[in-house]
Amino acid sequence: MASFEPAVEPILAKFRHDPTNLLQILRETQDAIDWISPETQTFIASRLNIPRTQVEALTQFYAHLYDHNRGRYRILFSDNITDRMAGSVALFDRLRAFWGVAPGETSSDGLVSIDMTPCTGLCDHGAALLVNNIAIGRLDNERIDRIARLIMARKPLAEWPAELFAIDDNIRRKVTLLGTPYVPGSALDAAIRLGRSGIFDEIKSSRLRGRGGAGFPTPTKIEGARNAAGKDKYVVCNADEGEPGTFKDRVLLTSFLPRVLEGMAITGFAAGATKGFVYLRGEYQYLRPHVQRTIDEMRAGGLLGVSIRGAPGFDFDIQIHMGAGAYICGEGTAQVNSLEGKVGRPRVKPPSMVIRGYKGMPTIVDNVETLAHLTEIALEGGASFARRGTRASTGTKMLSVSGDCARPGIYEYEFGVTIRQVLADSGAVAPIAVQVGGASGVLITPDEFSRKIAFEDVSTAGAFMIFGPDRDLFDVARNFAHFFAHESCGFCTPCRVGTTVQKNLMDKIAEGRGSRYEVNDLMRLADFMRKTSHCGLGETAGNAVRDTWMKFRPAFERRLVPYDFAPEVDLDKALEPTRQAAHRDDAAAHIVGEN
Amino acid sequence: MANPTAELVFNIDDLPVPFKPGQTILEAAKAAGVFIPHLCHHPDLRPHGGCKLCTVVVNGRTHAACTFKAAAGQEVDIDTPELNAMRRSLVQLLFIEGNHFCPTCEKTGNCELQALGYEYEMLSPHFAEFYPADREVDASHPDVLIDRNRCIMCERCVRASQDIDKKNVFGIAGRGGKAKLVINSPTGKLVDSDFAVTDKAAAICPVGAIIVKRFGYATPIGERAYDSHPIGDEANVCEITESAK
Repeated sequence: MASFEPAVEPILAKFRHDPTNLLQILRETQDAIDWISPETQTFIASRLNIPRTQVEALTQFYAHLYDHNRGRYRILFSDNITDRMAGSVALFDRLRAFWGVAPGETSSDGLVSIDMTPCTGLCDHGAALLVNNIAIGRLDNERIDRIARLIMARKPLAEWPAELFAIDDNIRRKVTLLGTPYVPGSALDAAIRLGRSGIFDEIKSSRLRGRGGAGFPTPTKIEGARNAAGKDKYVVCNADEGEPGTFKDRVLLTSFLPRVLEGMAITGFAAGATKGFVYLRGEYQYLRPHVQRTIDEMRAGGLLGVSIRGAPGFDFDIQIHMGAGAYICGEGTAQVNSLEGKVGRPRVKPPSMVIRGYKGMPTIVDNVETLAHLTEIALEGGASFARRGTRASTGTKMLSVSGDCARPGIYEYEFGVTIRQVLADSGAVAPIAVQVGGASGVLITPDEFSRKIAFEDVSTAGAFMIFGPDRDLFDVARNFAHFFAHESCGFCTPCRVGTTVQKNLMDKIAEGRGSRYEVNDLMRLADFMRKTSHCGLGETAGNAVRDTWMKFRPAFERRLVPYDFAPEVDLDKALEPTRQAAHRDDAAAHIVGEN
Repeated sequence: MANPTAELVFNIDDLPVPFKPGQTILEAAKAAGVFIPHLCHHPDLRPHGGCKLCTVVVNGRTHAACTFKAAAGQEVDIDTPELNAMRRSLVQLLFIEGNHFCPTCEKTGNCELQALGYEYEMLSPHFAEFYPADREVDASHPDVLIDRNRCIMCERCVRASQDIDKKNVFGIAGRGGKAKLVINSPTGKLVDSDFAVTDKAAAICPVGAIIVKRFGYATPIGERAYDSHPIGDEANVCEITESAK
C-alpha cells in the first residue's frame, strides 16, 4: 500500500466515492498530504472508477491544486493591481529572499513555495496573501518577517497568531440592505405568509436584477426554473467572487449571511427548488467554518431543512461546495460544471441553466448580493423595493471601493449614484481614473465622472478601483492582460491563444520594444476576441487594453519605439540561454544597441 | 398545416436554405451543399463549439454554427470579408500556438488546418510564434504516434474515444495556454492505455497530432486531398481523415 493511501481513503469515504465530489476530494487530499502526486491521481481515479484523465484534468485546471510538491507552506501573493499599488511586489521579493526561491519554486528543504495568484478579494486590506488558502491581509515588512519566522519554526497554521488572519468588514456607507437591522427568520416568515405565488409576485414587481454584473432579471430566472420540468431543482449561491477588485460578497458572507441563505430558501420556495449550494471561492476558505456553522444553526433552528418555519412542503437545504482558484467558475455554466466535479468550462448555451443546469436539472445561479436583496423584498414588498434606485435598476448596490482613496471599503448606494459622489465619499484626491467592474469592466476618466452606477449606464458587479495622479494606467492594463491569460479556461481558440498573444504584446511594449504595429494588433485582437469567444471572459478580455489605449494614449505612446515596426526577436535576450550555459555575463557576451 | 416541415427555411448569404427541426446551422448548410469551415466539428461526433472557425453572423450576432440551431427566417452570413478575416486570424493563432512544420509533416496535404490556411489566404503566421517547448511526443505505442506539437485542442479524439470507441483514452488537462492532450493510463503513455489502431480516435485527427505508423507518405505529396481540391469542395467535405486512414 502506498504511503498516501491511509490519508486518502477516509476522504474518499467521506464523499461516498462519488465522482461528483471529485473537486472536493482533491482539495481535501491536498490539505491532508500537501500535494496530489501522479500516483495519488491514479489511485483516486481507480477508487472512484473514473478515467485518470479526469483527475489529471481537474488537478491541472484549478490553480490551487498542485501535481508537484509545493512544500508544506504554500504561499500565494494576491496580484491584483491594488496589491501592487500597496507594494506587494517588494513584499513578495522580501519573503522569497528568506529561502532564495524563484516564484513558484519549492525551497530545497521542501518547506515552502511562494507564488502569485489573482485578486484574493482583500483590496481594502492593502497587500494580501494566502497561506495554504487562508487569507492574511495588511502585509508590511514586519508581517512578512513574522510569517517567515513562523514558517521556519514549522509552526502549524492553526497555531499562528489569530490577529494575523483578522479581516474587517470596512463598511463605510449603509442604506437599506446593510443599514436595516435584520431578525433571522423574518424574511422566511414573510415569504410563507405571502405563499409561493405571492412571494413570486413581489419579486416580479421589485424588478430585481442580478448583482453579479450582467443584470439579468431575477424574476425571469425564477419563473424559468419554476416552469421547467425536473424532479429536482437547485439554487446556487454564486460566492465565487473572482472579479479583480470585488470584495462585497466577502462582507455579506461574513456579517449578513442569514440574509443570503434565507434569500436562497426564498428563491427555492418561489421556484419549487429544494436543494441549494453555496459555491465558495477557494480564496475564501477561511469563511467556510463560519458558513457551515451558520447553515447548521439555521437547520437546527428550523430555518432550513424540512417544513421550514413549520410550513408544510417548504423544504430547502444547503451545502457548501469549495472552488479552488479559477475565475471562470464565476460564470454560471462553468460553475455548474465545477459543482458536478468537472473542470470549470462554460457550457454551450442554449439551453440555459434554468432549463438544464446541475445534473441536467433546472438550476438558478444567483449572486450573493442578489440573494440578500430577496429578504428585503419579502419584508417590505416589491413595490417599496422598486422605489429605490432608478427605473431600470431598482434597489441598492454595494460597491467595493479600493485603490487611491482615504477610506477603502464597502459602500452601499441606491442605484443611480454618480461616480463623482463615490469618489468624494471615499476620500479620493485628484483621481485620474476609476476601473469600474474589475478587469472585465470599464475604465472611467474624469470627464465621465458624472456617469451613474446603474445597469443602463455603468454596469458593475461592484468593483471600484481608484487611480491617483501618479499611477500609470498602462501598468493597470498590463496587469489585467496577465490576469486574463492566467484565467482563460482554454476551451475556445480566440480566448485560449488570444489572451496569451495580448499578454505577450503588452509585455513587448512594456520592455520598450513595441511600436504602433503592436498597438494595431492589440486593437484588432480585442475586437476579434469580443466577437468570437465562447463566453464573457474572452469577450471582455481585451476591454482594459482597448480602453487604456483610447483614453490614456500617452501611457502607451511613451513606451513605443518611433519606428513602424520593432522585431520580435531581441538579439541580446536571445543570447541569454547561451550566456547561462557559458557562465558568462561580461560586456562581450551582450549585444548592445539597436537590434 | 399538412406538412409543417416543408416550410422550414432560413437564409444563408441571402439565399434560402431548407432545414429540419433540430439541425444546427452547420448541418443544415452542409445538407444544402454550403461549406462552413470547421475544425473541432465532425459529423460523427457530438458538437463541441471550441475552435470557432465556424463562427457566423446570425441576425447580426456572432455564433458558432456547429452548436447554434437553425430557425425559420434566420439571416445567416457566412462568406463575408470580416468573417473570413476572423477565420484567417483563428488559423494563424492555431499555427503560432503549437509547433507546426508543414513541409515535413506526414499530414501535409491532408491536414484540415493547413487547408484552411490556404482557403483563407494565410500568407504568414502574423503573430509571434509561441514555440512551446513542453509539447511531448509519445511514440510508445507500436501502431500510433502522438505528436502534441501539432495538437490544436479540437478534442475530436477525446470525443471519438469516449462516444464511439467507448474507451476514454484521451482528455485535455491544463488551463488556458497550458491545455494539453493527456492519455488515460497510469504512465500517461499511449502504450499503457487500451487504445488500438482500429479505434475511431486513431483516424479522426484533423491535423498531424495522431499519426498511424508505417503508412508514411504512402500517397505522394502533391496528390493528396487538399492538393487537388480546396477544403469544402464536394470532393473532400470533411471526411478526409477517413481516406487518410
